[in-house]
Amino acid sequence: MRNIDKTFPGVRALQNVQFTLEKGEIHALMGENGAGKSTLIKVLTGVYGKDGGDIFLEGQSVAIHSPQDAQNHGISTVYQEITLCPNLSVAENMFIGRTKGMGVNWKKMNKETDKILKSLDIPAKATQQLGSCSIAIQQMIAIARAVDMDCKVLILDEPTSSLDDNEVQKLFKVMRDLRAKGVGIIFVTHFLDQVYEVCDKITVLRDGQFVGQYEIKDLPRVKLVSTMLGKELDDMSDIKGEQAAYEVDESIPPVYEATGLVSDAHIKPFDFYIRKGEVNGFTGLLGSGRSECVRAIFGADRVTGGSVKVNGKSVKISKARDAMKNGIAYLAEDRKRDGIVGDLSVRDNIILAQQVLRGFFKPFSKAEAEKVAAEYIKLLSIKTASSETPIKSLSGGNQQKVLIARWLFTKPQYLILDEPTRGIDVGTKVDIQKLVLKLASEGMSVTFISSETDEMLRTCSRLVVMRDRKVVGELSGDDLTQNKIMGTIAGGDN
Amino acid sequence: MKKNNFLKDLVGRQIFIPIAALLVLALFNLIADPAFFKITLGTNSTGDPVLSGYLITILDYGSELAILAIGMTLVTAASGGQDISVGAAMAIAGSVTLKVLCGSNTRPETLQAPIIVGFLVAVIVAMLFGAFNGVLVAYFKIQPMVATLILYTAGRSIAAWINNNELPVISDPAFAYAGGFIPGIPIPTTCIIAAVCVILIVLVMKFTALRLYTQSVGINESSARLNGLNPEMIKILAYVILGVCVAIAGFIKVSRLSTINYSVIAKDIEMDAILAVALGGNALSGGKFNMGASILGAYVIQFLTTTLYKFNVPSAALPAYKAVVVIALVVLSAPTVKDKLSGLGKKLKSGKQGKEGA
Repeated sequence: MRNIDKTFPGVRALQNVQFTLEKGEIHALMGENGAGKSTLIKVLTGVYGKDGGDIFLEGQSVAIHSPQDAQNHGISTVYQEITLCPNLSVAENMFIGRTKGMGVNWKKMNKETDKILKSLDIPAKATQQLGSCSIAIQQMIAIARAVDMDCKVLILDEPTSSLDDNEVQKLFKVMRDLRAKGVGIIFVTHFLDQVYEVCDKITVLRDGQFVGQYEIKDLPRVKLVSTMLGKELDDMSDIKGEQAAYEVDESIPPVYEATGLVSDAHIKPFDFYIRKGEVNGFTGLLGSGRSECVRAIFGADRVTGGSVKVNGKSVKISKARDAMKNGIAYLAEDRKRDGIVGDLSVRDNIILAQQVLRGFFKPFSKAEAEKVAAEYIKLLSIKTASSETPIKSLSGGNQQKVLIARWLFTKPQYLILDEPTRGIDVGTKVDIQKLVLKLASEGMSVTFISSETDEMLRTCSRLVVMRDRKVVGELSGDDLTQNKIMGTIAGGDN
Repeated sequence: MKKNNFLKDLVGRQIFIPIAALLVLALFNLIADPAFFKITLGTNSTGDPVLSGYLITILDYGSELAILAIGMTLVTAASGGQDISVGAAMAIAGSVTLKVLCGSNTRPETLQAPIIVGFLVAVIVAMLFGAFNGVLVAYFKIQPMVATLILYTAGRSIAAWINNNELPVISDPAFAYAGGFIPGIPIPTTCIIAAVCVILIVLVMKFTALRLYTQSVGINESSARLNGLNPEMIKILAYVILGVCVAIAGFIKVSRLSTINYSVIAKDIEMDAILAVALGGNALSGGKFNMGASILGAYVIQFLTTTLYKFNVPSAALPAYKAVVVIALVVLSAPTVKDKLSGLGKKLKSGKQGKEGA
C-alpha cells in the first residue's frame, strides 16, 4: 500500500482533502465536529460517492462505489458502536457473511477463530457468546474480523470512547501489533492523550478542508488544538465585548454550588459554583465531558455522588424536576433528541416546562397559553407562521429560540445553555449571545457552553476547562485569552 | 372561494376521515332504504316507552366500543402501542361484578351487595390489571402488544376462575338497566353512559394537563423527561384509565346478558377498539391524538356492522365484508395516499386554470 490521495474540488462537505496513509503506520484523523472526518471516512469506505478526486491504493487508482467494494480492496472499518451481533458466538461473528454456500463447518470455523484470537492476543474463546465479552474485547474482535478479511487499511472510528484506561491500553497493543504486520490504521478520536500515545502522524481537517498533515513530533499539543479550532495562537482580536454589568456580590452564597459531583456518565468528580448574575462556561474539546457536567448539575444523568447547595441550602437534585423546582433550567445539547417535542405546536412547546412545574391539575387554558406564546414569539423574534405551527417545521435557530422561551418562561434563577448556538445561523447566534448578557445583567446566573471559543470569551467571565472527562483548570479575568484556553485544553508539556 | 377554503380545511383535518366514512355509510343506507333512519317510540314488554330504529341500535351497541376507544387512544398516544387484553379484561371485570353481586350462590334470590358496589369493585380490579400492563410497558420496556398478550392469554381463565367456572345469572331487573332501559327513559342507558364517559374525558382533558403530558411523552420521551415529566408514570396512568373504561364496558356487557360467557363475552373487541383509534386518523405509533376522532371511529365501526346486518349478511361472512371496508378506509387515511390525493387535486386545479387562461 503506497498512497491514498483524494481530491474533492468544489464540494461543500469536503474540499480538496488530501489523505496519505503509509503501510504500517497509525495515522490520526483529527478535527472538531463537522470538520468532515466522518464524511471522508464514508467516502473512503464507499458509503458516500465522491464528487471529484481520486483514490489510489498501492499506487493504483481504484473505484470504490459501495462498502462491498471497499472490503474487496481491503479497507475495513470498525465503528464506535459495535455492529456485530451480541447474541451470536465469537466464531459466528468472525465468519458471518463470509461463509461460502449454505453448509458451515463449525469445527473448522471455531478452530480458525481461536487461532486468529491467539495471534492477536485477544482473551476470548471462539464458542463464547459475543455479548458476554466486555466492550473492549468486542471491539477487538471486530478488529480481528477486519484483519482476517485480509485488510490493508483499517479504520477505527472513535473506538475508545466507551472504554476505560485499561481497555484502551489493550486496544493499543492490538493496534501496535497490526502496525508491525504492515497494516495501515486510520484512527479517529477526540482524545488528545491517545493520539500522542499511539499515533505516528496526524492529519487535521477543519470545515471540510484539509489543514495539513504532520509528524507527531512536529506538532505539539497546543499547536494541534489551535489548528483544529482554526485560531492562531496570537489571535487576540475580538475578545472584548460588552461584559456583564451586574455587580457580582461575593458575600452572599453562590446560587448553585456543587462539591465532588459525579454522575454515571463517566466523568470524574468535580466542584463547581456560580454566583448571582454571573456568566460562566465549561470549555474543552468535544467529548471532554463538558455536557456531562451540566447534565449532572440538572440531574439529567444519574447522579452517583457529591453534594449540592442552592442559595447556600443543601438540596438533593436527582431528576430534572428537582432541578426545575430549585430554579434551574437546562437547554440540552441535542436539540432534536432532548429538546423539541416535534409534532407539538410552538405554543405547547413553550409552555411545557412551566406546565410541569405548575402541576397536572393546573393546566394553562388555551387563552393563557396563547398569550404567553405570543409574548415570547415577540420577545425573541421567533419566526413562525403561527403559534399553532408544529415546532419541527421551524428552522433550527427558531426551534432553539422556542426552547429558550420554554426555559425563560419558568423564570429560572440559573440557566444552563449547552451548545445553544450550534447549527444555527449567524444572526441568531449573535441574538442568543446578547440575550445571555442581558439576562445576566438582570441578575440571572448563566452557564454557557459552546464549541466556539470566541463566543465563550465574549459572554463568560469565568471558564472551567475540561480535558478527558476531568476538570483541569479554571480561568478568569486576565487569563481569559485564546492562548490560555488552548494551553489549558491541551495540557501536557506545553 | 370561501367555501372552497372551508372544504380544504375540513379535508386536511384529522377528523375528516371518520366523518366522511359516516356520511358515505349514511348516504348508502339512504339510497338503499330510507327507512333506515326511521326512529319510532314504542313500548317494550314491560310497557315502558323505548326508542327503536337502526340509528338507536348503532348508538346503543357502539357504546362499549366508544368507551374503550377513549382509553385505547390514550394508551396508543403515550406508549406508542396498543393494549390487546381489553376483551379478556372485560371478562374479568364482568366476572368480578357478578361475583360481588351473587356471592357463592349462582342464582341468588336477592343480590348480596348493591349493584354500584359490584361495579366499583370491578373498576378497582380493572385498574389494577391496567396498572400491571402499564408497569410492564413503562418500567420493563416490553412492547405493549407483547406485554398485554399475557393478560390476553390468561384473562378469560382468570375470569372463569373467579366464579369457579360457574355461570351466575342475575334475575333482578334493576341489574339489566345499564345494558337496556331505565323505566320511564326511552333512551338506551348505554348511550347515556357513553355520553357521560365522553363528557368526563373532555372535562379531564380540560382541567388537567393530561393531553399535553401524554402527547409529549409519546412524541419525545427523552425531552419529556428533561422537562421534569415522569414518562413511566404517565404511561401507567394511560393504562389505568383504559382499565376504568374496560370496567365500564364490561359492566354494560354483563348487564345486557344478566350473565356471562367467559370465552365469548367481548371477544375480539380489542381489535375493534384499536381500529377505532386508527380510523380516527391517530398514528398507532403514538404521539399526537384526537380523542373525538377515535370515538367517532368507534361509531363508524358499529354503523358498518349494523348496516351489514341489515342487508342480511350472514354473521359468519361479516368479518370479511368489514375487512374490505376497513382496508379502504385505512388506505385512504394513510399519509402517503393523502399526499398523493392532495397533489392530484392541486394538479387538476392548476390544469383547469391553465386551460381557462388559454
